[in-house]
Amino acid sequence: MSSFPLISALTLLPFAGGIAVLLLGRAGRSAARLTAVVFAMASLALTLLLWRGFQPGLPGMQFQEWHAWAPALGLQYHVGLDGLSLLMLAVSSIVVLMSIAASWSNLKQGPAYFSLLLFLETGLFGTYTALNFLHWFLYWELSLIPAFFLIRIWGGSGRARAATQFFVYTMVGSITLLLAFLAIFLASGSFDFIELTQMAQTGQLASAIAQNLHWHQWDSGHITMVLFGGAFLGFAVKTPVVPFHGWLGSAYAEAAPETTMVLTGALSKMGVYGFLRILLPIFPEQMWRARTILLWLAVATIVLPALTAWAQTDLKRMFAYSSINHLGYCILGIVAVAGSTGADASFVSAKAAALTGVMLQMFSHGITAATLFWFLTLLERRSGGLLGLDDFGGLRRAMPVFSGLMGIALFASLGLPGLIGFPGEFLIFKGVFPLSWWAAALALIGLLMTAVFLLTVLQRVFSGPLRERWAGLQDLTLAERCMLAPGVALMFVVGLYPQLISGMLHGTVMQLVAQVRF
Amino acid sequence: MTGLSYLELLRLTAPEIIVALAGFLLLVLDLTFLRQAALAIRFRTAMVAACIACVLALVLLESGSAQGTLPAGMLVVNSLTQLVQMALLALAIFVLLWVDGARFTTHVGEYCALILFATTAMMLLVSTQNLLVIFITIEFLSLSLYILTGFDKDSPQSAEAALKYFLFGGMSAGILLFGMSLLYGISGSIALQPIAVAVNASPGDPLLTLAMVMVLVGFGFKIAAAPFHMWAPEVYQGAPTGSAALVASSSKVASFFALFLVFYLGLMGAAGSAAWGHYSAGWVPLIAILAALSMLWGNLAAIAQTSVRRVLAYSAIGHAGYMLIALVAHSRESLTALVYYVFTYALATVGAFGVLAALEGEKVDSIADFAGLGKRAPGLSFCLLIFLLSLAGIPPLAGFAGKFYVFVAALEIPNHFGLLWLVLLALVMSVVSFYYYLQILKQAYVSEPKPAAAAISVPVTTRIALWTTAALVVILGCLPDMLLNRISAAVTSAFQ
Amino acid sequence: MLAWTIYLSFLGAVAVTLTPAKSPAVARVTALLTALAGLGIAIVAIMHADQSGQVITIVRTPWISHLGIEYHLAADGISLILVLLTGIAAVAGILFSWNVERRVKDFFALYLVLIGAVYGVFLSFDLFLLFVFYEIVMIPKYFLIAIWGSTGREYAAMKLVLYSFAGSALVLAGIIAAYCVAGQRSVSFEVLARFPFPVHFQMWAFPMVFVGFAVLAGMWPFHTWAPTGHAAAPTAASMLLAGVVMKLGAYGCLRVAMMLFPRGLDPWGFRVLGFGSWQQVFAVLALIGIIYGATIALVQKDLKFVVGYSSVSHMGFVLLGLMTLNQIGLSGAVYQMFSHGIIAGLLFAVVGRMVYDRTHTRDLHELSRIPLGRLIPFAAVTFVLASMASIGLPGFSGFVAELQVLIGSWRSFPWMACIAGVGILIGIAFTWRALQATFLGEADTAASPQQAMPPITLPERLGACLLLASTIVLGLYPRFLMDLILPSLNSPLFEQLRRGAWR
Repeated sequence: MSSFPLISALTLLPFAGGIAVLLLGRAGRSAARLTAVVFAMASLALTLLLWRGFQPGLPGMQFQEWHAWAPALGLQYHVGLDGLSLLMLAVSSIVVLMSIAASWSNLKQGPAYFSLLLFLETGLFGTYTALNFLHWFLYWELSLIPAFFLIRIWGGSGRARAATQFFVYTMVGSITLLLAFLAIFLASGSFDFIELTQMAQTGQLASAIAQNLHWHQWDSGHITMVLFGGAFLGFAVKTPVVPFHGWLGSAYAEAAPETTMVLTGALSKMGVYGFLRILLPIFPEQMWRARTILLWLAVATIVLPALTAWAQTDLKRMFAYSSINHLGYCILGIVAVAGSTGADASFVSAKAAALTGVMLQMFSHGITAATLFWFLTLLERRSGGLLGLDDFGGLRRAMPVFSGLMGIALFASLGLPGLIGFPGEFLIFKGVFPLSWWAAALALIGLLMTAVFLLTVLQRVFSGPLRERWAGLQDLTLAERCMLAPGVALMFVVGLYPQLISGMLHGTVMQLVAQVRF
Repeated sequence: MTGLSYLELLRLTAPEIIVALAGFLLLVLDLTFLRQAALAIRFRTAMVAACIACVLALVLLESGSAQGTLPAGMLVVNSLTQLVQMALLALAIFVLLWVDGARFTTHVGEYCALILFATTAMMLLVSTQNLLVIFITIEFLSLSLYILTGFDKDSPQSAEAALKYFLFGGMSAGILLFGMSLLYGISGSIALQPIAVAVNASPGDPLLTLAMVMVLVGFGFKIAAAPFHMWAPEVYQGAPTGSAALVASSSKVASFFALFLVFYLGLMGAAGSAAWGHYSAGWVPLIAILAALSMLWGNLAAIAQTSVRRVLAYSAIGHAGYMLIALVAHSRESLTALVYYVFTYALATVGAFGVLAALEGEKVDSIADFAGLGKRAPGLSFCLLIFLLSLAGIPPLAGFAGKFYVFVAALEIPNHFGLLWLVLLALVMSVVSFYYYLQILKQAYVSEPKPAAAAISVPVTTRIALWTTAALVVILGCLPDMLLNRISAAVTSAFQ
Repeated sequence: MLAWTIYLSFLGAVAVTLTPAKSPAVARVTALLTALAGLGIAIVAIMHADQSGQVITIVRTPWISHLGIEYHLAADGISLILVLLTGIAAVAGILFSWNVERRVKDFFALYLVLIGAVYGVFLSFDLFLLFVFYEIVMIPKYFLIAIWGSTGREYAAMKLVLYSFAGSALVLAGIIAAYCVAGQRSVSFEVLARFPFPVHFQMWAFPMVFVGFAVLAGMWPFHTWAPTGHAAAPTAASMLLAGVVMKLGAYGCLRVAMMLFPRGLDPWGFRVLGFGSWQQVFAVLALIGIIYGATIALVQKDLKFVVGYSSVSHMGFVLLGLMTLNQIGLSGAVYQMFSHGIIAGLLFAVVGRMVYDRTHTRDLHELSRIPLGRLIPFAAVTFVLASMASIGLPGFSGFVAELQVLIGSWRSFPWMACIAGVGILIGIAFTWRALQATFLGEADTAASPQQAMPPITLPERLGACLLLASTIVLGLYPRFLMDLILPSLNSPLFEQLRRGAWR
């Protein structure tokens, strides 16, 4: 492994880019845009470099860097990545690049916008690579700020409310998460994820909690459950899991669609990542105890948003809710794996399948959702801001290329075999059925609903009679086609050859399966 | 009286004689040669002559004039009394220095001579341990002060103040004398030492209690402790500034010193205790009550005043309360503290009155008249700032060191922290006092001057006096050791 | 050399008064150079500080030998970082008062006297000397507010000064009592910190002195001077007031009350209203301060009051940290002193100088009608960053500080940590609200005439950058201070505290 601190470099690169954009932004918008693209490209290149150097068979973290930071606080500079992190880095860098490309000709978005986007990318990279809680939390929070301003400043008419809602929800979750980890630190003396995971597996963590935290004669099981609840809330809000999803609809809908691309494509993965990196390895027992509730929540996260999406008339809201629904599968997979850990330690292959599916789904949803919102961006710009489900009709005729490509993205989102969405969802269901058949069965309803509303979109927007006013709509320009092509191509590539992704995950998944035994 | 050597008497009282003679000389000079001269020249000459006399006396004291004791404690001159006398002379010089700008009277010679006479009386008062001499000098002092108070004949306020002062003073003198005669009756002596022996023999004598109360009431009037303070606000407000300053500063120094000596030397046997939970009857609880009342009444009433002089008067009552704490502690340490406190207090008070004297031409009386003083007379108001902050007890000014030392002395006595209640009360009241001092300073620095107000010019001598006083206040605050070590050494040598 | 921070400031004050009245620029530059020199000395001293926690004596000479009082200046790690804070706040304050036009010389002279006295408090190792400097602070503070302040300045200044004077009266009583009880004829920290005061004495001396200092630290219910004082003060003064002067109180609580009377924190042995020790009482008061300050800030209409109450809330964390009585809580409290000093300074700079001096209103409703974000974008960015620092986002110094306090209180009183967490949430809410109203407001550009605002000047930019850099550097590299704080807390001076109630 190279001794060059690749991960630190990767994290700092977009940050430097953000500052560069601010400085060069005085020269004009195009200079800023160019700088932003260069830095986003460089980040992607660096990610690919990491990808190449990554050794998929090995369990554990690679490219680790470790420096003392504030030892008294248990704070170390500890970064590293495994397959999951790498995958997330890839999604993030691709999605951010796509988003910058999408706002290529949006004149409202100046240097400040691009630099915030790059700052956000730093937050994402940091979150996916940091292995010390405090260090990780720093990025977790820092990614929130640019996201807030992106919504707040460049959003639609209801942006103030949407941004505030987004911020408040996330902040509450963050605080409970922080408090939970403070308590864990008090008990265990460590903030390091790897160490905590080991302690959790060996049972040290439980005994440390029993020993060091006494509140009003609660037994340690209850205390740990409360701590788990705090941490869970933090991630559940971010993902979001159903009762905590109130912020999402308006945030996604009010933000500029270019921004929503990043929110849904990259930011929403942070929550799922937290489930996989933190909750599952550190709180396996608690997740197992709470499995019934969690499974119901997962099912609700799949089914209810799908129903809600069906009822929407605004395309952005519709895709926003469909996004929750897609992440619901991830949660279902994780919860199902955790729900069968305690007594029955069998089903290794089912669990491996489910976890691989979850990660694939994270990747595919990132790409698909971002692409879909990109199409919405283009459509909104052409329609002059209209994005109602009933505003359109017969666009197939006016803009065939657009309709075709967006159709592909919609089908990918639907999980049509051969496209990117399929392998993930398939593996999840394959894994979940043996683990918890009733949840899988209920989740199938969600799958059906998704199909129904996505087909509705296809039908209402693209087929039917073309309205007068849309007759003159311009199809995708060559530049737009070129920009969209890689994304769509990726949908096919991964759909047909999922090993490209899942191959990287093998070591990580097997380790995780091994870890969630207690 | 046997064995009294007149030569000895002359040697011991040489400084007082210089001052007194200078007073007579001034009278003669003014009535004869300067009769026709312009008022300004008369004032200046009188001032210079009086100052020279005071400086001479000061030099004589400093260069180590004779020390010794006359029979029956009639005259006790030691380094401590000399130190106090020097302070009295210094205060007199400061007061005299402002005379240059004064225009309130044509009786220049009499005015300056009376200041010198009052100073002589005070010098004698501090260097005696004999009840009779104490009474006589107090009367001498009081008479001078009555006249000085009423000296501004054009001002009805001045006359009213003098009359009030005289009536209260006369009454208190009567009470004091009665008390002293009772003490004589108990002990058969008018010297403090035999009295102490008699008191030690029968501390519970009801007659003694009566005597103590009466002496205390008499002195209470002199030092303006509540509830015997009624004359003070009128005198401070009505008297000519110089007279008021004398009443407020040097007469305080002398009276407190004498009071301490009378009780410490003469009535120690009947002290009692005011310590919390260790109460026992005697004069200490009485004084503690006086102290508490003075602090409370003086500081709280000062808040309500609109006239600067009345504020100073009420604050003086409050300060009398703080100083009485030293008396409550009645130890050597507390005598050192008291002397230091009363010196620095007198300095700051003289300074504050000096500022008022410099503003005499402006007809400044109410606090509101001080508006914008910081702009009109920056130097003057800076001095005022120092004096008032010192009175409020803000470090690093002299007043703080004094307060600190008094409180330390009060808490250091046995019966751990019995006097804490008094110290806490004093601290609380010093917060209150800070408020009204700050009100004056606020006017001077924060408020804008009235539109018509012009810059104020101050006579050179006044300016010198003020800056010297201010410098002393600062220096004694920053380096209290300079004075404290001297006082402490003197106290030690005086009470071997 | 550190002693020169004090002397230079006082000399600078004299120099400022001697500058010609015609050219205020000379006075400004003199003041700035003086403050910079102080900051430079502080930085050099920190660079050379050894991290063994030793107390380094700077000057030690008999002063009032009659009472055994010494002129003793010395520094340990805690003093050093607070000196550094003072240096930074002083420079920033001068930069942000570059636009003072009225009585310029007086302003800077008083300002430098205040700074010098603050340095003095942090460097004094003799209780008497500390008290002297502590009191000197009050006078310039009063005049700075009363002369150059805004709404209700005279009332606010008087209130502030009377509160702090009342507090210091309690402190003085405690000092004298300690002097007399110890009977060592000394008030040196070294002597007193080693002297085993009787427990029953500590039981009443501790709360007295602690409350005396805590008044200045804004402890509920003695905090009411803080918001009015902050709101009325001119920008530089409120920066210093919140930034440094409130720290004097907290510093006194730690250095005097807790270091000298540690047994005062022991359990009483009985319970009154559920409280079993002074530790619990003050912890609860601190907690109330956190919640109360934040809640009141949430409903204020005046922007400066919002920041003022936020100071009360944040200082609550300092006091809570002190009362946790464990190493991490205490170091968090010290860290919070520094952090809050910087952040509060920054907030007041934006609110008082950048916004108020240009819009002449602090009313949130009126401000929301002015498109400030567009008119003065630099101020907007600064305020956003300052708000982020203020709500304790990771990456800023506030996070490191509040984190330690929370960990510390988890350890001592778990339920208080939870309530403090709620306090942080409310803190987010009010910061949020202020941010919404000022820089993110939906200004109706058509309705409000676009008054041209003077652009942000260079001194303002420099000051803001200095403060922002400080909070970010300390947020990202806490060891910079932690390596100074922790050894100091482990030094012999705190021996008794560690041995007593330490957990």
